[in-house]
Amino acid sequence: MPIALLLPATLGLLFLILPLAGLVIRAPWSTLPQRLTEPGVLTALRLSLQCATLATLLCLVLGVPLAWLLARVQFTGRRFVRALVTVPLVLPPVVGGVALLLVFGRNGLVGSWLDDTFGFTLPFTTTGVVVAEAFVAMPFLIIAVEGALRGADTRYEEAAATLGAGRWTTFTHVTLPLVAPGIAAGAVLCWARALGEFGATITFAGNYPGTTQTMPLAVYLALENDLDAAIVLSLILLVVSVAILAALRDRWIGST
Amino acid sequence: MTSTLDAHLVVDRGTFSLDIDLHIAAGEVVALLGPNGAGKTTALRALAGLEALTAGYVSLDGADLDRPERRVWIPTEHRPVGVVFQDYLLFPHLSALDNVAFGPRRHGVDRRTARAQAAQWLARVGLTDHARRKPRQLSGGQAQRVALARALALHPKLLLLDEPLAALDARTRLETRAELQRHLTEHPGATLLVTHDPLDALVLADRLVIIEDGRVVQEGDATTITARPRTEYVAQLVGLNLYRGRADGTTVHLGDDGFTLTTTDRLDGDAFVAFRPAAVALHPEQPHGSPRNTWPATIAGIQRHGDNLRIQLTGPIPVAADITPAAAAHLHLALGQPVWAAVKATETRAYPA
Repeated sequence: MPIALLLPATLGLLFLILPLAGLVIRAPWSTLPQRLTEPGVLTALRLSLQCATLATLLCLVLGVPLAWLLARVQFTGRRFVRALVTVPLVLPPVVGGVALLLVFGRNGLVGSWLDDTFGFTLPFTTTGVVVAEAFVAMPFLIIAVEGALRGADTRYEEAAATLGAGRWTTFTHVTLPLVAPGIAAGAVLCWARALGEFGATITFAGNYPGTTQTMPLAVYLALENDLDAAIVLSLILLVVSVAILAALRDRWIGST
Repeated sequence: MTSTLDAHLVVDRGTFSLDIDLHIAAGEVVALLGPNGAGKTTALRALAGLEALTAGYVSLDGADLDRPERRVWIPTEHRPVGVVFQDYLLFPHLSALDNVAFGPRRHGVDRRTARAQAAQWLARVGLTDHARRKPRQLSGGQAQRVALARALALHPKLLLLDEPLAALDARTRLETRAELQRHLTEHPGATLLVTHDPLDALVLADRLVIIEDGRVVQEGDATTITARPRTEYVAQLVGLNLYRGRADGTTVHLGDDGFTLTTTDRLDGDAFVAFRPAAVALHPEQPHGSPRNTWPATIAGIQRHGDNLRIQLTGPIPVAADITPAAAAHLHLALGQPVWAAVKATETRAYPA
């Protein structure tokens, strides 16, 4: 094995692992139990989990049909639409937050209408957090589901039709179960991305404890006055992420 | 005879066009036989409603399913047509039982009744013990039977089978073919079997329709077709040497260079002559004696064929000859070697073209 490859490989591995190890080493283990039960921590954690889950549900409801459209329906400009869908993937989240604010803000295009018609405002609310997270995370779901749909054998749908299943029944009873693993994988990725969302959330929803302050925001805030609190919060996020990785191990990491 | 299926299938796709008539009576099994790319699968898809006709019509028990000229189109899910697909396409996420119950469920039968019906069908194909298994836990033969049960559970007026035995190994195929024959005999509706295997067609079907390049080239029962092939493809299917020429009494002139074959059938005008490869004898010298057709030929190929050797000969006419290994050893056969071919007149059959 050439040293010219082995050396940078080892350095790369250390570079990825060391910060995480540092987090674990520097954690205030002695005071951990009481810090974990602090109301602020639990509130942020609960809010994070709730918002990420709701954002994932929103992404599923809107993203699966959109993925189906991109995978199965021939229409002009499909390539363009597909490119548009992936924009939030490469867009800096802060820019996404600003864009959301311009459209859904009180004076925004859609926001002012929502406000006038329903008296409903999105920015700086918990719903706003969900919207910001969904905006950033949806491409992950769409890409995964579209790939699964493209890989699925459409002849099963023909077989369903010969057995009397209409388009909708075929979709719910045959297509969805066939791509269920892809949807599950996409949903987990989407959820993980939503859980870690920071830029768009803080821009669009602000940083109010209890309503919009999710874990990443709490970490950022804690960093300014209480390093140990920041470490504890980070540790929790790390544990959640590793748990997700473990859950997906068989699907991706183990498939060599 | 009132046909259950009455169809004139026209599908035009630029480089390929299909144009065939199909009539199948209730209870009748018709095999649609043809080489790859002949349009068999297109015909099946058009009947199932998975592909639209360009022209013509599909009519089942007098009701139009597809007639573009009158803008009639019944979608697949509303056609009383069952399909057994080539690789069965059992839904991988459903058990064998739920695969069979899928059709009845879509036709408004409640879950419990649909499952009871499915269980009966699985019992009929001998798979009661496998009802809870997922398709991936079934062998090829078992999957084929589940697919058949799934299609039959809806009592289709027309049952379509796409190469139902092609995915099976030789041994399973034998058993499954026999069982399939039993179910097809019991099926009261019309059955169309699409296959490229002449044995499946001969065993399972009452009548054969042979298509090449999207057109029917020959149609009839097994006896007629095996005795009197009308195209090179059909002749190969049934294992005969086939030539087309002009008959003048018992002499048939092949080609323009004066080559003739003598037969025992008296005919005049355009005619086919056919004989079995085993009827061809090979000799190192020109043979004399009994009334035979003899001609010089060159060995162009030697293959194993069952217990015998199949020799491909070039010469005035291309011929396949089957000879025993002993005869081959005696002749010291080799590629490019000149030999004399001989066929008795009584071994040939001539019939009008």
